Amino acid sequence: MIDNHVFPILIVITPLVCAFFVMGLYWVDKRLCLPLTILAISISFISSIITLYSVLTSGTIQYKLGGWPPPIGIEYRIDLLNGVILVIISFISLFNLFTSFNQVSHDFPEKKGTFYSLYLLFTTGLLGVVITGDLFNLYVLLEITSLSAYAQIALGDKKRAPFASLNYIFIGVIGASFYLLGVGYIYMMTGSLNMGDVAHLIHNLHHSQAIFVAFIFCIVGVWIKMALFPLHIWLPNAYTYAPTASGRIIAPLMTKVMVYVMIRLMYSVFGIDYLFNTLHISQSIIYLSSAAVLFGGIMALSQDNLKKMFTYIIISEIGYMVGGAWLGNKTGLTGAILHIINDVFMTFALFLSAGNFAWRIKDLSIHNLEDIFQKMPWTSTGFVVVALSIIGIPPTCGFFSKWYLILGAIEAKQYLFIIALILSSLLNIILFFRVFEKSLFSSKPHVMESKETRSYNLIEEAPANMTIGLLVIGAILILIGLYSGKIVSNLILPFIPKGL
Amino acid sequence: MELLIKEIIGKYNYWLYIILMMIGLYAIIAKNNLIKKLVGMNIFQTAIILFYISIGYKKGGTLPIIEIPHGHHTISPESIDISKYINPLPHVLMLTAIVVSVATFGVALAIALKIYKEYNTLEEDEIRMRLRGK
Repeated sequence: MIDNHVFPILIVITPLVCAFFVMGLYWVDKRLCLPLTILAISISFISSIITLYSVLTSGTIQYKLGGWPPPIGIEYRIDLLNGVILVIISFISLFNLFTSFNQVSHDFPEKKGTFYSLYLLFTTGLLGVVITGDLFNLYVLLEITSLSAYAQIALGDKKRAPFASLNYIFIGVIGASFYLLGVGYIYMMTGSLNMGDVAHLIHNLHHSQAIFVAFIFCIVGVWIKMALFPLHIWLPNAYTYAPTASGRIIAPLMTKVMVYVMIRLMYSVFGIDYLFNTLHISQSIIYLSSAAVLFGGIMALSQDNLKKMFTYIIISEIGYMVGGAWLGNKTGLTGAILHIINDVFMTFALFLSAGNFAWRIKDLSIHNLEDIFQKMPWTSTGFVVVALSIIGIPPTCGFFSKWYLILGAIEAKQYLFIIALILSSLLNIILFFRVFEKSLFSSKPHVMESKETRSYNLIEEAPANMTIGLLVIGAILILIGLYSGKIVSNLILPFIPKGL
Repeated sequence: MELLIKEIIGKYNYWLYIILMMIGLYAIIAKNNLIKKLVGMNIFQTAIILFYISIGYKKGGTLPIIEIPHGHHTISPESIDISKYINPLPHVLMLTAIVVSVATFGVALAIALKIYKEYNTLEEDEIRMRLRGK
């Protein structure tokens, strides 16, 4: 029986080590790359489930790397919030392998080893960012994540992807450097890099200018990485032109993990007292996130490419979460955290359906989607479920997080944010019904069934694993919605800091 | 005026890193050639590395290697004057940051090469024009 305390490190170390072996194994036998990748991510998935279980039964877990005691050494600290997010990240990463292994063989027949190696490094980075309790360690793992994301995006569309990826690098480096600079100021004032220790030391420094600068640099750096409007400029192109298999994992996870980092910095490092009593910026940040919600919706409406439309939906959803986290009350934060969980699955399902459509129709312009319901009935069914969830129709999960966010906004008397949320739901209705209209009704006049038109109606679905994958995620969206009360009371409410 | 000079001279390391950072940021934003932008990005990262190095420094401090007096085997922690030694931790952190910045630069150069193979140019406006023309 393995000791229970090993699991936190296994979550991160297995994909990291396997990333190197996958690369080498490619030269030995091509067919071994995928099984090894699956094995590595399965181990971290199982470990994160065990870790979450022990967090639920016995409270926060601390893992000391190399046996060094926390303020000196690096510490992994798992509480409910990151326990849940670890399970979600490893699940999505594992599930995406199942849905897109044939896409990978189709796109990169000669570069499978490299691709899976990058994929594993990306997963490692995300898991590490979430699990760590050390500010500098977070920066390093964030860069591992970003570097593998840049490389994966550059593998996409030949003409546009490298340029989109390079623009992402310029902006991503500025974001990460700002975060690093903020950590430098924190270290200057407190002499510590451990989150718990810093949170303790910062209590007496609330009126220090340097801490204010540190806060601004850290938060703006994280905002750049999560693409909060108006710092979103890199996102639409980078995610649109990424290869299908990696776009599916980068788009749902990267931005959401950055929202998690923001919540962690806000509530576990700087503290509620500093955020809402010393600083008086929450009002303007809520205005900013309302603007993000509306801007994302309006820009999505003006897109012709389906995938690009989805990327603007991501920008809009980021506004929801940032606004919810800054409302400064229990309901708002609950809504924000629930929305992180929901939005990972919703965005994943959106990109799954986009990938399935792209398998059949190369160009994803909306006018190309004519009659898609007849050609791809299963994918379209999945797509409808996701669309309903993003619009926010019960019993899909999108409704519940939006409900918490609106309740929180009413509690905090942020009427602009409420208006933005409701308007965004309306915009989403228009957005998706525009697609439905194209895909359900054909503009060609219906001729009586002759032999030529019969072939037109043949079903041409995407491969079975992709279709089943999308339907499973669609079912999960409904299940999360049905059990959202339990999720909130068991997983989210115990995390919410006291005094909020 | 005197106050201003005092502000500048007394905190010259911060001024220097801010100036370097702004040079880098200017290059990232304003330059047209992608390689020049990359160099700007590197200057930007170097500025932050210099900032970290400077916060670890102490006036008159030396390397944090403790010399044990002859004939002794150990030294008691109380007898060490920490103000004589510079703080090594920010320097060690920067080793990692240098590795990160080199890796970023490498990935970015590789991608720039890919762009060059596709468009035969590294000027941003030409690439954008070509993308729009499509």
